[in-house]
Amino acid sequence: MISQDLDLLVWLTIFGAAAVTYSLRIGGLLLAGKLPKTGRFKRFMDALPGTILLSLIVPAALAAGPIGWLATLCTGLCSLKTGNVFLSMIVGIVIVAAGRLYGF
Amino acid sequence: MVLSRSQRQDLRTGFTANLVVSASVAAYGSVLGLMAAQKGLTWYQLLVMNLSVFAGSAQFVMVDMWLPPLPVAEIILAVLVINMRYLLIGASLSPLFRDTSLKHKFLFMHLVADENWAMTMARYYKGPTTTWFLLGGGLCVQAAWCFGTLLGHRLGAVITNPERYGLDFSFVAVFTALVFSFWKGRQDVLPWLVAAAVAAVSESLMPGKWYIVCGGVAGALVAALMPPKGASND
Repeated sequence: MISQDLDLLVWLTIFGAAAVTYSLRIGGLLLAGKLPKTGRFKRFMDALPGTILLSLIVPAALAAGPIGWLATLCTGLCSLKTGNVFLSMIVGIVIVAAGRLYGF
Repeated sequence: MVLSRSQRQDLRTGFTANLVVSASVAAYGSVLGLMAAQKGLTWYQLLVMNLSVFAGSAQFVMVDMWLPPLPVAEIILAVLVINMRYLLIGASLSPLFRDTSLKHKFLFMHLVADENWAMTMARYYKGPTTTWFLLGGGLCVQAAWCFGTLLGHRLGAVITNPERYGLDFSFVAVFTALVFSFWKGRQDVLPWLVAAAVAAVSESLMPGKWYIVCGGVAGALVAALMPPKGASND
């Protein structure tokens, strides 16, 4: 019974997220004429993805300790310089793995 | 539905135009798959999530927040806020969909991701582009996304001590790498500082994952309230 309830929560979460995402996609197209294309609303929407992702990282990065701070810094610099998301991730993960191997 | 020759042609061109970018989609998808396996998502839950949500950053956030008991409301709200940009992406596509039926719009909009949208808009500025090109790209990105995430999930089930390989850090690495693709220049400095500070403070004050929404909204509000870029000296 308990595992069935858990499963229900899983599907509720997935389909809830899907419904929200699809509504935004189709909503943007159907409301195209009504959405402001300049001004404060536009600047708010433009800024949102970056600030959200940043808010997600900061507490976890702060908690990761010195080797994690170094890895975060290198990942960020690599992403800023090369624009290559996958390469930048690998840089961070390798630094942390190497740091742990040598006992940091 | 029978496709005309030009529709088939556009579908194919859209698919091949997105092949290179899809390789990187598959690559970071494999990291999501790894994380999902560590969090106990089954491969078919992940597959259904790919097919129905189909939004990279949002799915990373979902999997990160995936701890029992599932915080359903927090996850859905976080997805809503992260995917707000799809309102603008959808709106920007309206010239492309001008002469299409409502059914066509409802069917084609689901497979709009950042990657095939960017490809389509870049092509649209240069010459006539159809929604079939957009759909072809969407199919390519979706295929790569499913392939990459499921491959990562398979690997994740094999690796028993992820900490040893730094994989628990992969979440920070993924988002740090992703976040700078949204960096637009000096006008972002203040909003980003505010977002970081509010996130750090609210994480220590509030339970659950609300700090994500708090920091994100606070930072974006700063961006909205600042004088527009044209008014400054940049």
